Amino acid sequence: MAPADPILRLNEVRFRWSGRASFAVSVPEFSVAAGETVLLLGESGSGKSTLLSLICGTILANSGQISVSGTDLSTLPNGKRDTFRAEHIGMIFQQFNLLPFGSVLDNILLPLRFAPSRRARSLDPQQEARALCTALGLPIEVVSAKASNLSVGQQQRVAVARALIGRPPIVIADEPTSALDADSQADFLNLLFDQVKSHGTTLLMVSHDQRLAEQFDRVVHMQDIAHIERQAA
Amino acid sequence: MILRLAIGSLFARILTVSMTVLAIGLSVALFLGVEKIRTGAKASFADTISGTDLIVGARSGSVQLLLYSVFRIGNATNNITWESYQDIAAHPDVDWIVPISLGDSHRQFRVMGTSPAFFEYYKYRQGRGLAVSSGAIMADLFDAVIGADVAETLGYTVGDPIVVAHGLASFTEHKDQPFRVSGILEKTGTPVDRTVIISMEAIEAIHVDWKNGAQRPGQATPVEAIRHMELTPKAVTAALVGVASPLKTFALQRAINEYPEEPLLAVLPGVALQELWAIVGVAETALLGVSAMVVVTALIGMMATVFSSLNERRREMAIFRAMGARPATIFGLLILEAVLTAAIGAVLGMCLLYLGLFIAQPILDSAFGLWVPIDAPSLREGLVLCGVVAASAIVSLVPALRAYRLSLADGMMVRT
Repeated sequence: MAPADPILRLNEVRFRWSGRASFAVSVPEFSVAAGETVLLLGESGSGKSTLLSLICGTILANSGQISVSGTDLSTLPNGKRDTFRAEHIGMIFQQFNLLPFGSVLDNILLPLRFAPSRRARSLDPQQEARALCTALGLPIEVVSAKASNLSVGQQQRVAVARALIGRPPIVIADEPTSALDADSQADFLNLLFDQVKSHGTTLLMVSHDQRLAEQFDRVVHMQDIAHIERQAA
Repeated sequence: MILRLAIGSLFARILTVSMTVLAIGLSVALFLGVEKIRTGAKASFADTISGTDLIVGARSGSVQLLLYSVFRIGNATNNITWESYQDIAAHPDVDWIVPISLGDSHRQFRVMGTSPAFFEYYKYRQGRGLAVSSGAIMADLFDAVIGADVAETLGYTVGDPIVVAHGLASFTEHKDQPFRVSGILEKTGTPVDRTVIISMEAIEAIHVDWKNGAQRPGQATPVEAIRHMELTPKAVTAALVGVASPLKTFALQRAINEYPEEPLLAVLPGVALQELWAIVGVAETALLGVSAMVVVTALIGMMATVFSSLNERRREMAIFRAMGARPATIFGLLILEAVLTAAIGAVLGMCLLYLGLFIAQPILDSAFGLWVPIDAPSLREGLVLCGVVAASAIVSLVPALRAYRLSLADGMMVRT
């Protein structure tokens, strides 16, 4: 089922890692509508990371189209693609999201450094950063703290604030809850959903954990959209 | 903000970074220190004699004349006859003339016969004159004034008797005519410190009973008799000359060099000093080369440190990439880091240099007579510092290029 207004669309995408252990991923069709929240379920080795790298434009597909907000990534030159990622995608990792030596504020404002329009969208980035921290249940004094002094749970929330600042249309989260315990996971998801819903942000989360499924608009299994080819070296 | 993060990243690795900074700082301090001592030594060397316009001796080479007349190294091939000396002294362009008579020694130190005018006209380090630290310059025929090193090495004080040996490494001593230390000169950092100075007449006096380099057999002439003898020197080894007008220097030099009665040589001390420096300065240049290599080594050490840090920093680079940084930004970040490290190192080196100079200046002056001035950093030193920083940028190109490749391959996902 293809959404009427896809913000993210993959069509006949094929990608092969060069190197000894040949590993290829092909995605015939996958799209996400604007404002939709999608959980992409898959075991490790199912090509999730490769798929995210393709969507973010840090690797280029060998063939096919990947369009984000209507722009075909393969048409952008390398430098533009990096800026495009900064402008359109907020990224949350599994863990070690933050630059440990920077302050929380520096970490939150970092993507704006590479995305002029995203910064322009935010009237007062520092104020927005503080507001996001408050909304995500972080104590206000945390803002000026060094990132490495925060607990893992706090670091993940800072990562959410960083992904959301300047309101990028898409937030991509790569197993953001796997480093958290069950209670923190629920809290984290609730806060994340509050934010993306109130801003109408598209959320694509990758996980292997089926229990997260209930809050999402749609759950997609990796094996349903992607085909993996492996050749032993 | 990128600058702040770069500094933050450096601080996160404070231990290795500070080691690198220290290595660069020390190497820069060493390099600039050697450079300072080199220029100081050159200046001190050139300051060995000043205020003298011409040095006159028997015809030989200018460096040789300078060596034996000023540095008391080597021997004169020949003397100047007293008649020639008198002729030069009478030349209208000559303002003053000081005779020097060499050839005898006391222990390991040379004995120099001269006139009292020597203490007035011999200048060193831009016109500084000799001063007596204790006692007085010679008043009696058998008085000797000794340099600071002589007094220190042999433990002499004013009033001590000394016996002058004939020749330079001789067991024949002028025992019949013992001298008395009448004064000790202040430290100058010149060969005067290692010289025993007696009067021209005294040189004659101790050689009264000598002929053709051997002691005449028979009864020695009593000291009292010598005192009443005519002690006009028959020859001098060299002479220091001051001209009436600087414009006349070259004319006088030519006149002496073309003196018809005797083959003589007149040299400009400054020119001869430069010729001599061209020979001994090679060692200094080699030292400078070695310290330049130390700077290069420190920079390569920094490169190695940056290289080894790359692996543990792949996560950091992945975060930058995910946030939209281009691989070129990662590249620039590493160069920036290296430049910051080197710049801090260079500043540290400068501080160490001045600290070292501050401590070492009086020691160098008193121990070696080497005057190293403490000035504001020169343009040349500024250029050296800029050069070090620029070189750090160049050597860091290698690890930066590697980081560029890594971040291009890794993207946001670190596969380790």
